[in-house]
Amino acid sequence: MTTTVSPQQTTTTPPTTGSAELPSVAEGAGVWTTGPRGALLGLGIGAVLLLVIAPLTLGGFGLDLLGRYLCVAMVAVGIGLAWGRGGMLTMGQGVYFGLGAYIMAMHMTLADTTLEGETIPTFMRQNGVEQLPELWGIVQHPVVAVAAVILVPTGVAGLLGWAIFSRRVKGAYFAILSQALAAAFAVLIIGQPVLTNGSNGLSNFHSLFGWDLSDQANRTVLFLVVAAVLLVMLAVTWQLYRSRFGELLVAVRDQEERVRFLGYDPALIKTVAYMIAALFAAIGGALFVPVVGIISPADIGVVPSIAFLIGVAIGGRSTWLGPVLGSIAVSFAGTQLASAFPSFWVYLQGLLFILVIGFLPGGLASVLGLVRRRRSQGANDDGGQAAGSTTAPVSSEQEATR
Amino acid sequence: MEILISQVFAGLSLGSVLLLAAVGLSLTFGQMGVINMAHGEFIMAGAYTAFTVQQVLGSAGVSLLVSLPLAFLIGGTLGLILEATLLRRMYHRPLDTLLVTFGVSLILQQLARDIFGAPSVDVRLPEFLSGPVMILGTPVPASRVFILVLTVVVVAGLSLLLSKTSLGRRIRAVVQSRDLAEASGISSRRTDALTFFIGSGLAGVAGVAITLIGSTSPTLGTTYIVDAFLVVVAGGIGQIRGAVIAAAGLGLLQVFFEFGTTASIAKVIVLVIVVAFLQIRPQGIVATQTRGLA
Repeated sequence: MTTTVSPQQTTTTPPTTGSAELPSVAEGAGVWTTGPRGALLGLGIGAVLLLVIAPLTLGGFGLDLLGRYLCVAMVAVGIGLAWGRGGMLTMGQGVYFGLGAYIMAMHMTLADTTLEGETIPTFMRQNGVEQLPELWGIVQHPVVAVAAVILVPTGVAGLLGWAIFSRRVKGAYFAILSQALAAAFAVLIIGQPVLTNGSNGLSNFHSLFGWDLSDQANRTVLFLVVAAVLLVMLAVTWQLYRSRFGELLVAVRDQEERVRFLGYDPALIKTVAYMIAALFAAIGGALFVPVVGIISPADIGVVPSIAFLIGVAIGGRSTWLGPVLGSIAVSFAGTQLASAFPSFWVYLQGLLFILVIGFLPGGLASVLGLVRRRRSQGANDDGGQAAGSTTAPVSSEQEATR
Repeated sequence: MEILISQVFAGLSLGSVLLLAAVGLSLTFGQMGVINMAHGEFIMAGAYTAFTVQQVLGSAGVSLLVSLPLAFLIGGTLGLILEATLLRRMYHRPLDTLLVTFGVSLILQQLARDIFGAPSVDVRLPEFLSGPVMILGTPVPASRVFILVLTVVVVAGLSLLLSKTSLGRRIRAVVQSRDLAEASGISSRRTDALTFFIGSGLAGVAGVAITLIGSTSPTLGTTYIVDAFLVVVAGGIGQIRGAVIAAAGLGLLQVFFEFGTTASIAKVIVLVIVVAFLQIRPQGIVATQTRGLA
């Protein structure tokens, strides 16, 4: 993490502190998986749980809830990539989540309106709009809508990321800009009630691509699609983390200047990672809308954007599965606690931020890693080979990342 | 002409509020590289101090005079506690302080909600601040003039402190090179604590000022924190002079774009301008010259 706050600090900070702050990447990776076989095993277990057991055991309500968690977890996968691996603390993922969600919601609202034999949505008629705004007309066709969900957020992230990273704006500056972006986006959505229905958001969807959403069979299929998309994202990130790109990304996080001196362009690497994170968030948002049935500015502003981060931090930001597991756990705890003890849940969230990030920056994954290392150290000590304890984990790490 | 004057005044007034909210942030940010998201909640604490003092004392004028120093103490104490318990151990992880202090801000917000209730409360204006004042033949609200004057006093006092006193010299030394300052016998730990006390105390003062132009709610901090951060980033981190220019600039731009469009569009335009500006000067308006990388 080369978080250069001020130029003075670069000169005073010894070059090695960056890598010492976070647990090494491989340490985290080694916790959840060991090499391709472990990854396949992880994905396989996930697939069986999500694609077979969950639909068979959970009712319609439970499935919807789990589907919602999975959509949020997609954002977490992207944050793990950008923040955990790339060191870019993006506090504005709500923007990309919101872009995907609103594009999808606009398309679905239009489709429902057409089914009802109207030309413009009800909330627009109530606002006295006579003609469909052009912005809405574009996403009327399902193919265009899906393309827009993919292209618009990645395009925005690409432009913005390139503008920011190529000028070497990083660390705190980037975090603050991304946060301001989330604030501005929420304000923009609320401020255009004619286009977006303001702070009420868009809701009451009946169909998705012609499929009736009140039919339980269709909802189950929708859940399976969500689960499959998340599994694909995990497979993609696993491959990315093993690739040269993944290694470069970590290198940029730990020592950006060295990567630059080696002839690579850190801005390009960071922009690509940021775009992938944005894409994942947008897909999560687009699937969130049919699963949950509503999208409003309350889901995408500054606070929800930061709330995406806590699950990632708890699970272990630089690990492969940590962000997903942490995010699902936090969503689950949130729904369980928030309705029963709303104020306790807020305190708990605050405490989690303080404890996990202040005292356990590697997340729960690093606890497992510590335990494992202590155990292997003990074993080595018994054999009278204390020196081996430091090298043993390294070799397994290298196996895991290559 | 009258429209122009009132627009310029509105912009400067907004800028002065932003500056008041940002100047303490700029101090703590520049000093320690600590990004304090709870700064907004210190502002809120100041606002609720003004509210509570008025409930107790009754008279609006007296309570304003009492709550200004009291809010400084309360904000400063909160900051001191935060620095001593959490931030001290995280100086080498500036990005992480951002999230830890966000956790603190969540807790403080909920605390305010549980103590004062979620609905917003109002602080009555003192008599002498409720009417308009004529400036160049244009009527402007006296409360806003008061905030403008307060901001000038606070910023002037802070720059005097930084440039003339021995504490200011120590602060500047630590900002420029922590290691060298320590090597010359400055206790960076004590300097840090004092800086944080002053910076957070200024947030409390900002909170009192904000009660004069709007109502107070537990989410008051979140409305100002993002803009305050933008001021700090655009001005150049740790640069009081830069923060002044940036705050005035952002305030004026916001008001002028609002005039032609809506508040929300203006906000987005201002953000785009800041991003574009950072393209030209990534270190902000005022930057210390170094030979360091990046």
